[in-house]
Amino acid sequence: MDLSAINPVLLIASLMVAATPILLAAIGELVVEKAGVLNLGVEGMMIVGAICGFAIAVNTGSPLVGFVAAAIGGAVLSLLFVLLTQVALANQVASGLALTLFGLGLSALMGQSYVGVKPPAFAKLDIPGISDLPVVGPILFSHDLVLYFGLALVAAVWAVLKFTRAGLILRAVGESHDAAHALGYKVVRIRTMAILFGGACAGMGGAYISLVRVPQWTEGMTAGVGWIALALVVFASWKPWRVLLGAYLFGGITVLQLNLQAAGVAVPVEYLAMSPYVITILVLVILSQQKSSAPAALGRIFHASQ
Amino acid sequence: MTAPLLSLTGLTKAYPGVVANDDVSFDIRPGEVHALLGENGAGKSTLVKMIYGLVKPDSGQMLLNGVAFAPTEPRAARADGIAMVFQHFSLFDALNVAENIALGMEMPPPMRDLARQIRSVSETYGLPLDPYRTVGDLSAGERQRVEIIRCLLQDPKLLIMDEPTSVLTPQEVQILFETLRKLKSEGTSILYISHKLEEIRALCDQATILRLGKNVGACVPSETSARDMAEMMVGTSLQTPERSGRAFGEPAIELSGLSAASPSEFGTALKNIHLSVRKGEVMGIGGVAGNGQDELLAVLSGEIPEPSDAIKLMGQPIGRLGPNQRRALGLLAAPEERLGHAAAPDMSLTENALLTGAVREGLTSGGFLRWSAARGFAENIIQAFDVRTPGPDNAARALSGGNLQKFVIGREVLQRPEVLVVNQPTWGVDAAAAAAIRQALLDLAAKGAAIIVISQDLDELMEIADSFAALNEGRLSAPRPTAELSIDEIGLMMGGAHGMEVAHV
Repeated sequence: MDLSAINPVLLIASLMVAATPILLAAIGELVVEKAGVLNLGVEGMMIVGAICGFAIAVNTGSPLVGFVAAAIGGAVLSLLFVLLTQVALANQVASGLALTLFGLGLSALMGQSYVGVKPPAFAKLDIPGISDLPVVGPILFSHDLVLYFGLALVAAVWAVLKFTRAGLILRAVGESHDAAHALGYKVVRIRTMAILFGGACAGMGGAYISLVRVPQWTEGMTAGVGWIALALVVFASWKPWRVLLGAYLFGGITVLQLNLQAAGVAVPVEYLAMSPYVITILVLVILSQQKSSAPAALGRIFHASQ
Repeated sequence: MTAPLLSLTGLTKAYPGVVANDDVSFDIRPGEVHALLGENGAGKSTLVKMIYGLVKPDSGQMLLNGVAFAPTEPRAARADGIAMVFQHFSLFDALNVAENIALGMEMPPPMRDLARQIRSVSETYGLPLDPYRTVGDLSAGERQRVEIIRCLLQDPKLLIMDEPTSVLTPQEVQILFETLRKLKSEGTSILYISHKLEEIRALCDQATILRLGKNVGACVPSETSARDMAEMMVGTSLQTPERSGRAFGEPAIELSGLSAASPSEFGTALKNIHLSVRKGEVMGIGGVAGNGQDELLAVLSGEIPEPSDAIKLMGQPIGRLGPNQRRALGLLAAPEERLGHAAAPDMSLTENALLTGAVREGLTSGGFLRWSAARGFAENIIQAFDVRTPGPDNAARALSGGNLQKFVIGREVLQRPEVLVVNQPTWGVDAAAAAAIRQALLDLAAKGAAIIVISQDLDELMEIADSFAALNEGRLSAPRPTAELSIDEIGLMMGGAHGMEVAHV
């Protein structure tokens, strides 16, 4: 066992990369749930985003275009969820599960010819002088753009929900769709936009796995990250900054346990492998011990009667 | 005579199977308080929804200040100076007062300015309110103030109020009326919907009466008796429940030193309650909603377990028994919330009859359901209580509120309880049905049952209760015979106006 082989600076830099897919997916789902919709299809939208982004990036040679395509792919798939739950008023839990299964199958079909292909590399931020600084450089100033975008998105979602009228209306719809309707707000339209936003975010989160984190395409490569994102939103009590905390905690422990495995720590691999799930959930459960702050209309079907 | 502010001509709106409004016409003049009267299902709500742009009329037209007015959405109606205070509050529990008010405005100012405006309007109209409190923590009266201030900030020309006083103490009603009179003196018109005829007589200048969607007449409330108005609403003469002289027997149920925490986050804990109700006695429990009524019902029905000795039924301690064991002993309860508490919305009436009737009516045997007996019991209720429904196979949700209420009360009354506890037995029920329910409760008492009626309708309690006690913040006052009490005294027993100052207007 040789713990000195673990470099803390590289560890932090790589945990940020490991956390970004969860962060993107979770912040999107947070907005969806704040609007009162429970979309369990995050995993499906992520994997469809992963293959859309991968295919377009390979074909155009531009990972940035790939990310845009991933966002569109995730949003298009979420449109199916909109159709089921907002138009046909189907049960949200069943529709979300169906969306995940459908996304997994669809992505496998779309990705058949991309197995073993190498995607174009994403340019990393490189500011001469600053990116080369010791410690701060690798941690803060030498990542790809999407990682920064994810952080900015958390700040933006927090600010919009807290300070803007659009955010207030979104929260109001999630609290009581009947009251919002009575005041003349378009509940279905607002929820549709939130679901599309969530789909786009999940798609980008998926593409981050296939283009940056792993850079390759394999079937089912999201491997449950979407479910972790869903759990994060709940345990983070629907608060954007806690989602960030939870995502980084999960990413950090994932990276750390990989490093520990490599260093040959005398703990069975299974325990190390489960540690990110256990510790993240434990910490967030403790944090969210005060009163539940779930949107009151979460998962309830809205029907504008009369 | 001044030109009307709003003039309705021939408004008609039909839903599948029912004409909600049929050729309704009337005028509202500036600065007039206009009452809209009618039973449940008479079409009052549909009519105001058309004025507020929530529902589009099939035919007919509206003129606002002589100009054609056809709002397609509430936003358009608000822009034209129409504001509405809803019957079921359209508030968001998790948001604070200022946020709630901002949601009802087109172009809200920044929060800090809005908070200042809220304070100034609330002082002008004598409706004290802190803009930063979470709405979920407010009392019913305070919630209504939020709605009213939300309307006032838009400087409305017409204010629509749907059943505004049903949740207020008498003192709070007085304060509301002061506010409304001040608005009226400033030239604002008010369209006022209520069941409470005495209030309409005190406040309104004009009244329009709807029956089955049709305008069946108008009157000047101050010159018409409440009874005449009620008969215009119902279309037939009204029967007042008869109270026969009864002798009270042994105490049937006794609560001593009962305390209970509330199961819900925004609930009220019960504190040291003592109460004894004798056989044949109707005990009325008044108080503003949210002062422990739901908790008191839950404690009596067995939903919240208590120390064994805290509740005694015929001298037998039953505090630890659950609802079904208590039913077997003769203690039945009908909670306030019809859909979800008293009845399962998506189950048929037969199934709902089974749910509480199984024990006393013997509707199960050896763990199996006796469907024919259950159906017979449901049909019995429907017949005995004049529940208007195609049959016992209909889902509870499909019944109108008043009809379902008759079913829920009837279901318990027909099980021949020794003690019956009801919460808001006539909430949202029209005059004729309410009279029938009250009569059934009195008949039950005449047969020797003890009855506890928890209600916010003081007129109802004065009409049927022998004794009256008030719940205030989870504490129960000592019961007093209703015959000795005046409405003012009752208001004071209910805790007065909850720290409200009378408006200085």
